[in-house]
Amino acid sequence: MAILTPATASDEYDVIVVGSGAAGGQTAYTLTMDGARVLMLEAGRNYDPRTETPMFQTSGAAPLRGAGNPGKPFGYYDATIDGGWQVPGEPYTNASTERGREFKWWRARMLGGRTNHWGRISLRNGPYDFKPYSRDGLGFDWPIGYDDVAPYYDKVEMLIGVYGTNEGLENTPNSPAGILLPPPKARIGELLARQRGRQLGIPVIPCHRAVLTRALDHRTLPARLHPGNPRAQRILAEDLQSRAACFFATPCGRGCAIRANYQSTTVHLPPALATGNLDIVANAMAREVTVDAAGKADGVIFIDRTTRREHRVRARVVVLAAGACESVRLLLNSQSARFPQGLANSSGLVGKYIMDTVGAGWGAHVPALEGYPAYNEDGVGGDHVYAPWWLYPEQKAGKLGFARGYHVEFTTGRSEPGAGSVYAEDAGNRTSYGLALKRESRRRYGADVFFVGRGEMIPNDDSFCELDPAVKDKWGIPVLRFHWKFSEHEIRQAAHMQRTFADWLEAMGATEVRRPDPDGRQAIEPGGSIIHEVGGTIMGASRAKSVTNAWSQTWDVPNLFVADGGVFASNADKNPTLTIMALAWRMSDRILAELKRGNL
Amino acid sequence: MDSPLPPRMDRRLALKWILAAGAGAALASPLRLRAQAAATAGPATPAGTGYGTDPVLTKPYKPGDFWPLTLSEGQRRDVAAFCDIIIPAEGEYPSASAVGVVDFVDEWVSAPYPDNVRDRPPIIDGLAWVDQAARQRFGAAFADARPEQRLALVEELAPLAPEGTPLAAPSQFFRRLRNLVSAGYFTTPPGMKDLGYVGNRPSATFDGPPPELIAKLGLADEVKW
Repeated sequence: MAILTPATASDEYDVIVVGSGAAGGQTAYTLTMDGARVLMLEAGRNYDPRTETPMFQTSGAAPLRGAGNPGKPFGYYDATIDGGWQVPGEPYTNASTERGREFKWWRARMLGGRTNHWGRISLRNGPYDFKPYSRDGLGFDWPIGYDDVAPYYDKVEMLIGVYGTNEGLENTPNSPAGILLPPPKARIGELLARQRGRQLGIPVIPCHRAVLTRALDHRTLPARLHPGNPRAQRILAEDLQSRAACFFATPCGRGCAIRANYQSTTVHLPPALATGNLDIVANAMAREVTVDAAGKADGVIFIDRTTRREHRVRARVVVLAAGACESVRLLLNSQSARFPQGLANSSGLVGKYIMDTVGAGWGAHVPALEGYPAYNEDGVGGDHVYAPWWLYPEQKAGKLGFARGYHVEFTTGRSEPGAGSVYAEDAGNRTSYGLALKRESRRRYGADVFFVGRGEMIPNDDSFCELDPAVKDKWGIPVLRFHWKFSEHEIRQAAHMQRTFADWLEAMGATEVRRPDPDGRQAIEPGGSIIHEVGGTIMGASRAKSVTNAWSQTWDVPNLFVADGGVFASNADKNPTLTIMALAWRMSDRILAELKRGNL
Repeated sequence: MDSPLPPRMDRRLALKWILAAGAGAALASPLRLRAQAAATAGPATPAGTGYGTDPVLTKPYKPGDFWPLTLSEGQRRDVAAFCDIIIPAEGEYPSASAVGVVDFVDEWVSAPYPDNVRDRPPIIDGLAWVDQAARQRFGAAFADARPEQRLALVEELAPLAPEGTPLAAPSQFFRRLRNLVSAGYFTTPPGMKDLGYVGNRPSATFDGPPPELIAKLGLADEVKW
């Protein structure tokens, strides 16, 4: 393991990668497997899921039964370290405190970043999702299309392992035969949702998630992923053999010690380190990208969080993979005489068009699911099925009042009890207790259904971030100030979600379903809540209207790239992580080719 | 990245909130009963800052490890009495007080986090109200009253009383304590078994719902993709 201290980092790198999550992990993997020497800077501490993951611990053995708090928002056992919507000593600000105008910025400070705890939902963007402006005149087209990215979706799915099926639904791409792993069987509540969803025209199909429902094939995959590179094939084959299939227990959000799901620290970094070409410096808080006299990036200045000392490292290429907003912050803080408004910002668009995913939910108790015989419903620890967006024709015909779609994720069944686990009926507003409470609880346990919508947000001029003119973090680095506003498209979409879910719950026989407020402002989760923030360094076809080009390369500084969600020109309802990885792989192939040609 | 797991818990909490809107939301409103309650309540502000942002997750934990438990002996005896009423022993299953739920309630109201700091006053005040009522009517603390006397008091608190009526705060206190005791119990090994949670076991296969259950709900056509 080449986990270094600042003092032991050499000065001989081809590429510096800032960040170690989905984008940084994929970039480091692709580059080092092909022989490039990479230095990775991670702001948080080193982290080893093999020894640090609480596998099989129950909520009953945790402080406060595992309940979340501002320091661990998703609960005690959640894998996140030193992270959340607030990171002590590392603030951000909002230009307005008005309701609906605030943005909540999630960060994690650990090797692998938020990939250690994410939901593992891995959906491909479809063809429409790269050309939204062409379809409805809103937002921006990407300079690339689905066909440009498809080969990289294939590669990423093969490498990380994704279960699912090919259903051939509109704008919901199939994967080539043989790539997807078999989906887990649906839970009983998921089957009921599927049946009753059909009555409403909502298709329920197997979800795509990065969990190994069987071991990956170490004999065939390496040659498909690394043709003509026997060393990479050998390293990957060896690594795949140490990834176990899911054993259908313990939630994915804790991370996985047996490496049965995707997190950067279990999938990307081990083989990258095995090449001998990757060095990692943890606790390295990047402050700015430095440039040489010719205006090319030549390194990064970072602060060692353990000593508070400043260090400078150099390389031929710099890749920002710090997370969309953190990469924006780095660029804006990289000011020089040559680049007075920050690096790669001649367009003035660095920080503009920040998007999150639209979120709203609704739930109810479904008596049909009461009292069934006990069976193990843990499964693969997340959604086995989901509903892709199904109203493309109605939307195109202008019947919905909002321009973009959403997919539906849902929670059913007998998950492990936790701090909020109260199953009382409390009929007539009478607090039940005693043996009646116990009877009710046994009957009602597992019969609650909760739907959440995950929808596309259209980029707008009112949602962006910039440097706060006054506030600095504990490292002395200027912080981000956010501006935020959802448009009527998102607000109406959120209302549509709740209305649909209430109808769906009624179709499932739920009793006393509360009807949602028709005003979507009551439904929509605050910006940043869904932790899908993208944009800020969007890619485009012209340097005046974008920060990066079709290769995720900044227009202004040819050896400076952005690998994270910052380059997204739109934010489809599909969860962004798979696309981040596909784009990072594609970008890394470009970097390798350009390095070989001597162009960088 | 999507809300990670366990959003299962978060979504469930959200569901509870939706189902309980009205009744549940009132729990957040400050309850002010008798100022005297504070005198017996231990430190007004719980000590410490919690377990931080990077606890060692694989290390065994017990209540009191990260912040001191603060309920008095009398308060803990009252909580134990409530535990035995809310989740009594039943067949092979022990009562809530026999499986550490008193420690959990104490841990909960002693913790420095916002939810806990919010829950502390209504619970402390509620315990004081119950004790005072028990002394007035039965000449003994709640825990020392006879079982039928304790039950009579609890019966009075069971209907959620409207805001502005004398029993509004005490009945909300009982709802909150019931929720804590219930969650405390159902997260213990006997509580999980009692409830029918049979997961958290490694398995070579995931077999899905039993065929007879699928048939019973008329879902046989739904299992094929």
